Amino acid sequence: MVRKRIIPCLDVLGGKTVKGVNFVNLTEMGDPVDMGRFYAEQGADELVYLDISASYEGRGSFRNLVSRIAKGVNIPFTVGGGISSADDASALLDAGADKVSVNTSALENPALIDKIASKFGSQFIVVAVDAVEKDGFWQVMKKGGRFYADRELFEWSEEACSRGAGEILFTSVGHDGTRAGFACSTLSLLSTMLPVPVIASGGAGTMSHFAHVFYEGKADAALAASVFHSGEIPVPELKRWLAGQGISVRL
Amino acid sequence: MTAIIDYGSGNIFSLGSALERIGEKYTVTSEESVILAAERLILPGVGEASHAMRIIRERKLDLILQRSKVPVLGICIGMQLMCSYSEEGETSCLALFSPKVKRLLPEGVKIPHMGWNSVNDIKGSLFEGIKEGECFYFVHSYAPELSISTTSVTEHGSLFSSSLESGRYFGTQFHPEKSGEAGERVLRNFINIRKLIL
Repeated sequence: MVRKRIIPCLDVLGGKTVKGVNFVNLTEMGDPVDMGRFYAEQGADELVYLDISASYEGRGSFRNLVSRIAKGVNIPFTVGGGISSADDASALLDAGADKVSVNTSALENPALIDKIASKFGSQFIVVAVDAVEKDGFWQVMKKGGRFYADRELFEWSEEACSRGAGEILFTSVGHDGTRAGFACSTLSLLSTMLPVPVIASGGAGTMSHFAHVFYEGKADAALAASVFHSGEIPVPELKRWLAGQGISVRL
Repeated sequence: MTAIIDYGSGNIFSLGSALERIGEKYTVTSEESVILAAERLILPGVGEASHAMRIIRERKLDLILQRSKVPVLGICIGMQLMCSYSEEGETSCLALFSPKVKRLLPEGVKIPHMGWNSVNDIKGSLFEGIKEGECFYFVHSYAPELSISTTSVTEHGSLFSSSLESGRYFGTQFHPEKSGEAGERVLRNFINIRKLIL
């Protein structure tokens, strides 16, 4: 049985890892390669690196850093932020990235998903979907959760899959940074509906939140940042605890 | 020196990086003289089977592989290409391994099979020092059926060969270069296989 994955997410700004709460108030953390290696040794299953400067200022991606990560880290990693063409994706693949994640650029140009998937395979493209709930309607957001996009979570996720997305990374903007748990009921609907793995993001605060996101949220993977970076939830302890709860994780 | 065979497959950088981490020198090549001079060969793997087979034949890599006398490791699609036939693009392959490559069926599971999964009933030199049921990282939608050359099995919907071994030919469906310490051990085990099979 394929294991449930634990994925620390590292936001990168100017070559350094930073942590954000609700995408603002950034505090500097450390070297992205050192942190990646640390998490790999701790038993993290995968890493996500987001170049947050890229989506803010429309800058190109961080290719050199990606190569340093590929050299130093022995588990798979996804990179995202500012990927707006198949050429951008191709440069990151050559630099050693295992997957790219697209968000705003896919909303503005959905055919980008088809292009990347047909050129490099579905396994290479993760579509990140940020959404916020308003009166039972899940409104998709773009540009780092700062603007509304004219799309709804379920129909956009389904379209992304039919265009070739290999995974959906769903962030509940309302849960993100609250540490009050993941958006489990929505995740469960999404995961049941989609033919591809769903990565849950936004709201991790305690170890039991991770158990809930796998049991009730039916997520294939759970992503978090601050609870890992602060050391509040050490990855080895989390995975041992999840295994004790009957969740199939890699130990 | 290990030669990584260049047939236009993606993400060779990760494999090279993993070899560097374990202290192994490598070159990426499709040159006959370089391939035949290498101590061991790796057929890497990201891509589509029929397209990959076309390039392999164009570059005469099929003939060069048969002429070489050293251990060959196929990774993911690299191993699939070493099988007799692949349902992906319905192509005949290199036939260095006997099984056929079949599409994984979505029997209560999501396809592609992506993530860490356990490798069971392990045997053979690639798994020296690896514990039964160890997890490795997989990303694929096709896999070789079970056969006499199967050296481990993994379940995703149904059972498939997660590794093969036959004479000087070795293959893993998982990506050792992405599978943490266990993966690095598999690569080291491959490198430690001397030219015993001639």
